[in-house]
Parts: sequence; structure tokens; C-alpha cells
Amino acid sequence: MGSNRRYIFLGLWLVFLMLPIYWLLMMSLKTNQEILSTFSLWPQNLTVDNYVKIFTDATWYPGYINSTLYVVLNVVISLTVALPAAYAFSRYKFLGDKHLFFWLLTNIMAPPAVFLLPFFELYNSVGLYDTHIAVALAHTLFTVPLAVWILEGFMSGVPKEIDETAYLDGYSWPRFFLTIFLPLIRSGVGVTAFFCFMFSWVELLIARTITSTEAKPIAVTMTRTVGASGLDWGLLATAGVLTLVPGALVIWFVRKHIARGFALGRV
Amino acid sequence: MARIELNNLAHQYAPGGDYALQPMQHVWEDGGAYALLGPSGCGKTTLLNIISGLLQPSEGRVMFGDRDVTTLAPEQRNIGQVFQFPVIYDTMSVFDNLAFPLRNRKLGEDYVARRVTHIATMLGLDGVLKRRANNLTADAKQKISLGRGLVREDVAAVLFDEPLTVIDPHLKWQLRRKLREVHEQLNLTLVYVTHDQTEALTFADKVVVMLAGQVLQVGTPQDLFERPAHTFVGYFIGSPGMNFFDCQVEGSEAIVDGERIPVDPAMAEAARRAGGLLQLGIRPGLIRPAEDGEPGHTIKVDTVEDLGDYELVTGHLGQHKLHVRLEASEKISGDGLRVVFPKENALLYSDDRLVGQGEKNGG
Amino acid sequence: MDKREYQWAWLMVLPVVLVVAFSAIMPLMTVVNYSLQDIFGPDSRFFVGTEWFKEVLRDPALHGALFRQIIFSGAVLLIQIPLGIALALCLPKKGPWVSVSLVLLALPLLVPWNVVGTIWQVFARPDVGLAGVFLNSIGLDYNYTGDAIDAWVTVLIMDVWHWTSLVILLCYAGLQAIPDAFYQAARIDGASRWAVFRYIELPKLKGVLLIAILLRFIFSFRIYAEPFVLTGGGPGNATTFLSQRLTTMAVGQFDLGPAAAFSLIYFLIILLFSYVFYLTILNMDREG
Repeated sequence: MGSNRRYIFLGLWLVFLMLPIYWLLMMSLKTNQEILSTFSLWPQNLTVDNYVKIFTDATWYPGYINSTLYVVLNVVISLTVALPAAYAFSRYKFLGDKHLFFWLLTNIMAPPAVFLLPFFELYNSVGLYDTHIAVALAHTLFTVPLAVWILEGFMSGVPKEIDETAYLDGYSWPRFFLTIFLPLIRSGVGVTAFFCFMFSWVELLIARTITSTEAKPIAVTMTRTVGASGLDWGLLATAGVLTLVPGALVIWFVRKHIARGFALGRV
Repeated sequence: MARIELNNLAHQYAPGGDYALQPMQHVWEDGGAYALLGPSGCGKTTLLNIISGLLQPSEGRVMFGDRDVTTLAPEQRNIGQVFQFPVIYDTMSVFDNLAFPLRNRKLGEDYVARRVTHIATMLGLDGVLKRRANNLTADAKQKISLGRGLVREDVAAVLFDEPLTVIDPHLKWQLRRKLREVHEQLNLTLVYVTHDQTEALTFADKVVVMLAGQVLQVGTPQDLFERPAHTFVGYFIGSPGMNFFDCQVEGSEAIVDGERIPVDPAMAEAARRAGGLLQLGIRPGLIRPAEDGEPGHTIKVDTVEDLGDYELVTGHLGQHKLHVRLEASEKISGDGLRVVFPKENALLYSDDRLVGQGEKNGG
Repeated sequence: MDKREYQWAWLMVLPVVLVVAFSAIMPLMTVVNYSLQDIFGPDSRFFVGTEWFKEVLRDPALHGALFRQIIFSGAVLLIQIPLGIALALCLPKKGPWVSVSLVLLALPLLVPWNVVGTIWQVFARPDVGLAGVFLNSIGLDYNYTGDAIDAWVTVLIMDVWHWTSLVILLCYAGLQAIPDAFYQAARIDGASRWAVFRYIELPKLKGVLLIAILLRFIFSFRIYAEPFVLTGGGPGNATTFLSQRLTTMAVGQFDLGPAAAFSLIYFLIILLFSYVFYLTILNMDREG
């Protein structure tokens, strides 16, 4: 039933998605001379000089550590605070619950540009400027509401009878939540963690504004390093490739959970 | 309307894999109401999907009357199907839902309106024709599903896949009665899949009992009760199920733990010829207390439950556990009970199959 | 749906409120504060009332940015939503290719936003980029750094590349949730492929489409890093969108008052759109 045409369309789309990335990779493996003088679909003189240059640059690897640190911190904070809140929203009625939920969602909508200066001032005044925790906290502005939203959807899918049975059996709330409820929605937690990771990893405007040296994100390190030395295409492409790697690794490891999470919940 | 014929039908989901359906040969009469009964995973839904055309059998043919429909798509087979969960088109009104199969076949709006009104009246949906189908109750939604099958005048058979699963218990019998009514008015062939014996026995003229991809017996509810063709049918139908005892056969008597129970001589002869593991089977309700002076067998009584109309005795015949259903008026004295196993109701089974039946399970 | 009334649930929500409030309320107050004052230094501020709001609303540069922004967001929705639905329908439902497709689709979503700009810069340059060189070699005079229309189209295609996957993944999740029985019933009813889409798939996708449209609108309305890296807002102002204009005002020119006033207007536009959209959907649900 036209399934061949469907797969051709899908295949073409995937090629379109991969072409720019392919080109980035190829350029990172070429010399600048080759890039500027001849046009070729793959490197005539394969070189890893660009990679060597970046890997030997001492300003490079702290960027990776910084990004990883604040992203992980953000995921941990987001999940820790969002889990009980999502449970409350999915199970109980309380004063102002609907307004609170909508208020949380409006924070996803706030343009980061609006908050640049206030963030700078805020973190400066509390002495957190240029720390990992500052970036992690700043990112919670949109990861926490998102986490509450997604988790609430998964939790509403779990029948309330399970909670009631557990309480009758004498479980305390924390014990019930950790030993019974969490395992039931683990793919939901996985999907949520993935989304928090994603949004914290890709956001740079805020991260750049509230850091200078100690907590500078990898992508900023790279583009700044590269920008300073003029239009060095090979180096720029290499920096780009290296910032893709962590994201690609994460997707590869969670691919099964993503597929399952998507099938289960209303994301 | 059509007779459904399954010729050497069998199905494997993967070539060389296990058979989801064992080879079978059946003819289902035009205008009959058939129930496919069996536990989950017995292949009844597979069989239904083969009849509706959602699945192509890996072997054999499916005939509707004289038409070979084996390779035809569902929309070419003139069937209706009602699923376990109500399938309705959310955004359409009830009228548009019922009109959908007709409009897809490009029939005139006048005709469509006439047919839809006719069927809606028959199903008691005429009051809600203008409502959005989405907002109705589950039983109304199931009626819409049924109606979409019935609006087509050329419909050959209507198939039901456990259609009462999501219906409130007190509405179940109403909907089932509606089904019987429709069946009588339109004289359609109905095939009804269920794992609930009450539903099957009250709905169908003929019940098809399935287990592990095999049809064990096709028969009227009475056949299934009185002469189960397989020990599973005996267990599965009736509450409690049939009693079975391992036995030997000598002359025209079955010997169970030394008790000699007389059986039909022809059946005893057939059992001796069949060999294998022999069992004697009898329904709890067909065992009767021995009259004074009548030769019988003593069973040891363990418990007696008073179930209103009758008493259910659980006891032992030798080493074997058994159930006996007695009239509530019977008095049981002490812990022994003398009973008779009437000859016509005591059946012999060889390797789980009723002896003397040959290979005929087909209806 | 019958949730229990339980005021102590506030305790469970409290951590979220505290964390978000720390990052949301104080900065928002600061913005409101700026928007009402003229600031020369830490100790010399004057209350100016709605002066900045009036100035901002009269600023032609902002009108231009807002106009481009609305056209851009509109184009993004018009292209990405139908395309996303179509591609979700093309994805296989099971088998080994599901994982592969999902991984490839998700990849652009995990590229840091400024690197998206870098990738397209490298890809579209007329001198060294694959697409740029190709387009020129087939006779098109393509140069996104010099030609306003080329730049605009490049930014739009870049956004389609970057974000359509989000729509695809959401719709795919929605499609996966439709029970097989619906497709089977439709086949028996003789429905065409189009009718299956129109009467089964589209109604069942309504929920995820709501989320997809909202997210795509919001994120396209706040787009900053990608065009900034690719075109720097040029040539001229051709690809200067609201966020970039705002950042230029606040960080570049240090016009804090107008920038803050502008921020608030900007935020309100997004809120208003989301709210109207939300209500429309709710009303659609109640009809019939």
C-alpha cells in the first residue's frame, strides 16, 4: 500500500538531516588549503591535525567537564523537585493547583533574552556567578516545568488503586513512592531526564551570560577559541563535530527507552 | 448472507513456526449464530481475523457461499465487525458514523439516509442520530459499531470480538438480547468470540470450543453439556466441570479404584479398541442418589454446600475427588452417600477424546 | 478524575515553587523595575512611568523585527507541522529500523543551538559549503551572506532541519497510541487512506499536535543563537528577529529601560498567543 513511496520519502528526509552533519565531519578532516582551493565530497588528504590541535589545547577539556557538570546537576535537581510535585498534581486537588500549573508552564514560554541581564545581576548578587550550580539553577526555569508536565502525564496513567492498596498495607509515603511507584513509571522518568538533558545541553545564551571562565560551557569555549583565530574552517568544523558527540552518545544509549516511553505516555 | 466454509484451514504466523491454528475443516451454516469459545491465546481471535480478512491464512481456503474470499481484503468481503473496545469515529455524529461505510461505497444520499434511519431505529439509536458519537456511553458506542456492519444490505456475516468486555454488567444482558433480536430479524450469520461460557451458551446456536489452536468440538450448547467430545470441553463448560476418573475397561464395565461402573457396551468396546489413557467422565448433575436396594457406589462426603436450588457435594470415590449436584431436598446422612452413575451419562475418553466419535468434530 | 482534596499536597509542590520562583520571580521583578526607570548608574535612577513602553511601541526597528518574527513563526508552523505529521506517518511501526530512524531523527535536537548555526554556516557557504557550491553550480546565484531572500530562506530551512524532528517524534508517539482495531474497522468500512487519516489519525493526534504547535511557536518566537551565528541578523536587518534585537538593545547598547519594557511586551505576546490557542482547543472539544 504505497509503503515503498513512504520509505523513499523518509529515506530522503534522513539524508537531508544527515548531509549537513556529514559535511561538517568531512570538513573537519580536511586541511584548510584543501577546503579553500578544491571542492571535493570527501577529503583528498585525510588529516586529523584539527583534532590534534583542539585536544592539545588546555582550554578545551574543562569546557566538556563544565557542560557535563551543570547538565547533570540540572537533571538531578529537576527530577528531585519535579517528582513529588508531579505526584501531587496527578493525585490531589489543592488550593490554586490549576493556576500554579499554568504559572509553571508560562516559564517555558519566557524568552531567555528577557532574563539575560536580570540573571546576571541575580547570580552576581548571591555570589554564584560563574559557578556550575548557577547554570543548573538558571536552566531549571524551563526544565522543571517541563519535567512536571511530562511526569504528570505518566503518573496519571498509573491507577490510583495501587496507591491505596499500598497505604492499606502500611507503607509510608516515601517508601511507597520509592519502592513501588517509581519503578512503575521508570520509562517516564527516563524520557523526562532525556528532555531535561536535552534542553540544558543545547541552551547557551543563558549559560554564556552567567559564566566567564570557571564554568564556561564547551560549545562556547570552542566557538570563542575558533572565532579568535579568524575563519579557520577546519578547526571550526572540528569544534562543531566534538560538540555533537555527547548528544549522539546519549541518544544512542537511551534509544530503546525513548521508543518505549513514547509508546507509553502522552509526552 | 452466506454459509462460511473453512477448507483445510491452518495458520502459522511465521513459516516453519508453531501453528497458531491447527488444520481444520468446517462448514458454518447460513444464518447461524456461532460462538467461538476458549481461554485466552487459544487462537479464536486469529480465526476471527482470518474470516474477516484482516489476516491471510498460511494454508487452506475460506469460502463465503460459493465465493472464494481467501485473498480478498476485508472491505471486499461484505462483513461487519464489532471489536472488544468501541471503535467509533470521534469527530462524526452518530448519523455520519452509521453512514460512513455506505458513503465510502459512493451510494446516493437518499438511500444512505433511508438505510441509516432504518438500522438506527432497529438498534434504538434513532434518538441520538445528531449527537457527537464521542459523548455516548460504551454500550451505545458498541451499538454504533454493530450498526456500521448492519447498514450494508449485502453484509454476509457480522463478527464479534468479545464485544461486551467494556459494558456495565447490568447492561450486558440488554445488549445481548438486542443481538438476538437483530439476528432473528435479519437472519444473518453471526460469529461471536468470547472466553465467557455463559455468553457463548446463551448467545449461540452452535458453540465452537477451541484450545491451543485446535477446534475441540462444534455443537449445540446441549451437545457440549451432554456429550463433551474432549475432556477440556467437559472441564471448561458447566460449573463445576465434569468429573473424570482414570479407569480400566473390562467387558461393559469401567473399573475405577476397584469400583465396577457399568457403561454402554458399544462405548466400552470402542474404548478397548482405542486404548491409550482411559478415563470415565460424568457430569456432577447427572449422578443420582441410589434408591433403596438399588446397587450403587459409596462415596465419601467431604463438604456439602447449599447453593439455593441445589446442593453441591464434594467427596471422594476411592482416591478420586468428585462433585455431585443434588436436589436441595435430598437428605445426606453421615459422611457416606450411595450414588448411581447412569449408564447413558457415563462417557469413556481415550487420551482426552470421547471414544467412538471417529475423527468427526465438524458440525 | 475524581481527585482527593488534600491541602498538604502543597508541601510536595513547594520545592518546585521555590526553585522556579528563585529563577523566575526575582528576575521578572528586576525587569519590571528596569522598565519603569531610567538608569544612569547604581545610584541615579528616575522613575519614568510608561515612558519606555511608549518609546518601544513607536520604535520602527522593533516593528520591523516583530513583523519578520511573525512571518517567520507563521512559516515555521505552516511548514513543520504538516511535514512532521507526514513524516511520522512514514515511520515504520515496528522492526529494527524504528530505533535507527528515531536516533537519526533525534540527533538535530541535541545539537547545541549555536552549533546548529555553525553547521549551516559550513554547509551553506557559497565558497566552501556543500549546499552553497551545489546551488551555484546548477546556475542559481545563491549567497546567503549577501542576498536578503537567500538569507531568509536559509534560516528557515535551517529551522526546519533543526526542529521538524520534534513534531515527528510527538506525532509518532500519538500514532503509536492508536489501537489496531481502529485501522481494522476502517478497512472493513471501506475507508480510503485519506479517510483513515482524516477521521481516525488526525482526531487522535489532536492532543500531541496541540503540544507540538505550542512548543514550535514558542521556540521559534524566541529563536536567537542559530540565526545569530549563521547570518548575524543580516544582510542588513533581513534576519534580525525579536530576541536578537532585544539582546542588541540590552547588552550591545545598554538601553536597559527600553529593553526591559520590550521584554515584557515580548513575553506578553507569547503568553497571549498560547492562551488564545489553549482556549480555542478547549472550545473545539466542547462542540457537539
